[in-house]
Amino acid sequence: MTSIASRRPKLSPPEGELAPGARQARTQRLVRAALGRHPIGMLFSAPYAFFIALLFAYPLGLAVWISFHRYFFAAPGVSVPRPYVGLANYEAVLEDPAVRQAFLNIAIFMVINVPLTVILSLLLATALNAVIPFRAFFRTSFFVPYVTASVATVGVWLFMFSSGGIVTNVLGPLAPHPSWLINEQWAMPTIAIYVTWKGLGIFILLYLAALQSVPKELYEAAEVDGASWWHRFRSVTVPGVRQVTTLVTLLAVITGANLFTEPYLLTGGGSPNGKSTSPVLQIYETGIEQNHPDFASALGVILVVGVLLIVGIQQLVQRRQA
Amino acid sequence: MKSRIALAAAVPLTLGLLAACGGGGGVSASSAADAQGPISIWYSNNTQEVAWGEQMVASWNKLHPTEKVTGQQIPAASSSEEVIGAAITAGSEPCLIYNTAPAAVPTFEQQGGLVSLSSFPGGAAYIEARTGPGASVYKSPDGQYYQMPWKSNPVMIFYNKKIFAKAGISTTSPPLSTYTEFLATSKKLVSSGAAKYAIYPDPSSDFFQAWYDFYPMYAAETGGTELVENGKSTFNSTAGDAVAAFWQQMYAEGLAGKGSYTNDPFADGTAAMAIVGPWAIASYQGKVDWGVVPVPTTAGSHGDQVPTFSDAKNIAMYASCKNRGTAWDFLKFSTSTAEDGKLLTMTGQMPMRQGIQQLYASYFTANPSYQEFAAEAAHVIEVPNVANSIEDWQVFRDAWSKSVIFGQQSPDAALAGAATQINKLVASGGTP
Repeated sequence: MTSIASRRPKLSPPEGELAPGARQARTQRLVRAALGRHPIGMLFSAPYAFFIALLFAYPLGLAVWISFHRYFFAAPGVSVPRPYVGLANYEAVLEDPAVRQAFLNIAIFMVINVPLTVILSLLLATALNAVIPFRAFFRTSFFVPYVTASVATVGVWLFMFSSGGIVTNVLGPLAPHPSWLINEQWAMPTIAIYVTWKGLGIFILLYLAALQSVPKELYEAAEVDGASWWHRFRSVTVPGVRQVTTLVTLLAVITGANLFTEPYLLTGGGSPNGKSTSPVLQIYETGIEQNHPDFASALGVILVVGVLLIVGIQQLVQRRQA
Repeated sequence: MKSRIALAAAVPLTLGLLAACGGGGGVSASSAADAQGPISIWYSNNTQEVAWGEQMVASWNKLHPTEKVTGQQIPAASSSEEVIGAAITAGSEPCLIYNTAPAAVPTFEQQGGLVSLSSFPGGAAYIEARTGPGASVYKSPDGQYYQMPWKSNPVMIFYNKKIFAKAGISTTSPPLSTYTEFLATSKKLVSSGAAKYAIYPDPSSDFFQAWYDFYPMYAAETGGTELVENGKSTFNSTAGDAVAAFWQQMYAEGLAGKGSYTNDPFADGTAAMAIVGPWAIASYQGKVDWGVVPVPTTAGSHGDQVPTFSDAKNIAMYASCKNRGTAWDFLKFSTSTAEDGKLLTMTGQMPMRQGIQQLYASYFTANPSYQEFAAEAAHVIEVPNVANSIEDWQVFRDAWSKSVIFGQQSPDAALAGAATQINKLVASGGTP
């Protein structure tokens, strides 16, 4: 039975006003939209968010701002004009042949370093995952270059790859002339091989961890079906570690984009003739040494966008394949 | 969700804008000018200069207990200039830095990081009385001194007597005066197997490396012309081409090393010669029995009056200094006759003071090998005090590296291109 009261039509509040319940619900909705279902999560993540904001977001925001202005570093309290210059800094960067050469150099670097890193670390991890003698020794050996300071390993490589070095002497007439690090064609590939060798340890470790999670039954089933080692590797191992391959590729691309120490130390800052310089080295030269942070910031922004594009394309391809 | 994204986007934007508008603070120049009190200083990190700096600070502190000076080595980095530049931006630089490169002074000035020493009563007169007419090259285009000419390291040719003897070359009067002689001697050194290279100036792309191959020889060849004079580059000339052709031949014939080298190739015997100033002598002690001659010229360099590059390091007062009165008094104390004498004795580097050979005669009698440096110190040239100085040198170095060291372009064309670019940079008057 329906009472008269319940049949009475509800009165709407005047326009612009909300009933107390509706107001509360709306506030709750806004709070939830801003802070999520569990606001306490925001509290827990606040320290890291603050860290990210201070050390990554702030410098990135500042770099973007600087890249659109005429800017140089000045002492505190010194008033200097910082006019808005639109895309002038970006134009200067893109017109600079040295910058174009630097991007070409890291493209060469990535073409060598990224596949080499992925293939070598996967193969070596697979080998180290098998029951082989001195497994622990080999695992440690591959990891040693990664934990050794670049300055020390660079010294060894300079010694090995100089004109009278052991590599040149062993190869004899097959060695390039002029020697590796002062040869226009070989300087960047040598740096790429050095970086691959130095970073291999950590990537092997990532693959070793991934290999533990590939079900043994898959290998056994493949073996029962008569699959060879190569077939088992291609059809079980490679798909089984796909996620790590994505990560390794990503990290290798980022390493290439951030290349600085190796050309700075191995080839004296980009020799020969700028053939081993990198965009980050250029950022250092123009931004820090020559006090042109506006140009350097524009170059940095282009580099970040470039890396994001490569990573985005890679993710897209990966998803389609999956 | 959208509002969270908006919040996330707003944080870096706000922080970026805050940074853009920030940067207040600084020191009031008028109140700091006469202020007395504690100050801090930085000095170079080589062992001899550290020892000199420590004793000098201790002597001052004993005499001035209320104006205590704290000294420390300049923080380590790939170059002092980048440390100082960063410190100026952060407002954390000390009052005085005893390692200020003249080439970096225009940049530091542009940053508003330097205090004019001419602004102190008798400041300019003190500098000029100590250094003499040579002080004027350290004046900035506005006529002020933002740096105190302090010490020079005239760049000369060091040779290893043992290696020269092994190659059958005179160790008392080696034939290194003309380019022809220098090349012939270099060939003999290498072909005899006495040394792998005749000489090994650092071939890296750092802007300052031109000071240790091209510039000393250009100074000698031209009789003391700077890289830029009257707002124009000078090296696109017969003299510049001659120096470039000489070095190109050295590299092309494998007489000079092209690759990066982690040690000192002269100290370890890889190279028979080095082109450097007396500051390096300490590192040769016990390793190399060395002799020294002036840098060569086409016509022949004889005597000790051949112009060369000063490789000077100066003292500058920095804008964050609150007690500039004390800093100025301390600067004068540290460049007094007594302290200059100690600097010479302890480091072997030449104070930029008039008549050092007479003033410190006993030192030069006891150390005759330093007499040539003292004589040369009166004939040194400096890097030009022009806008975009570091960028100018980088342009030059890149052209040099491409043509002279790696032979990818003719040196004449490379230097002509660099000259045009440098002229534009200088004409831009420091607009970055």
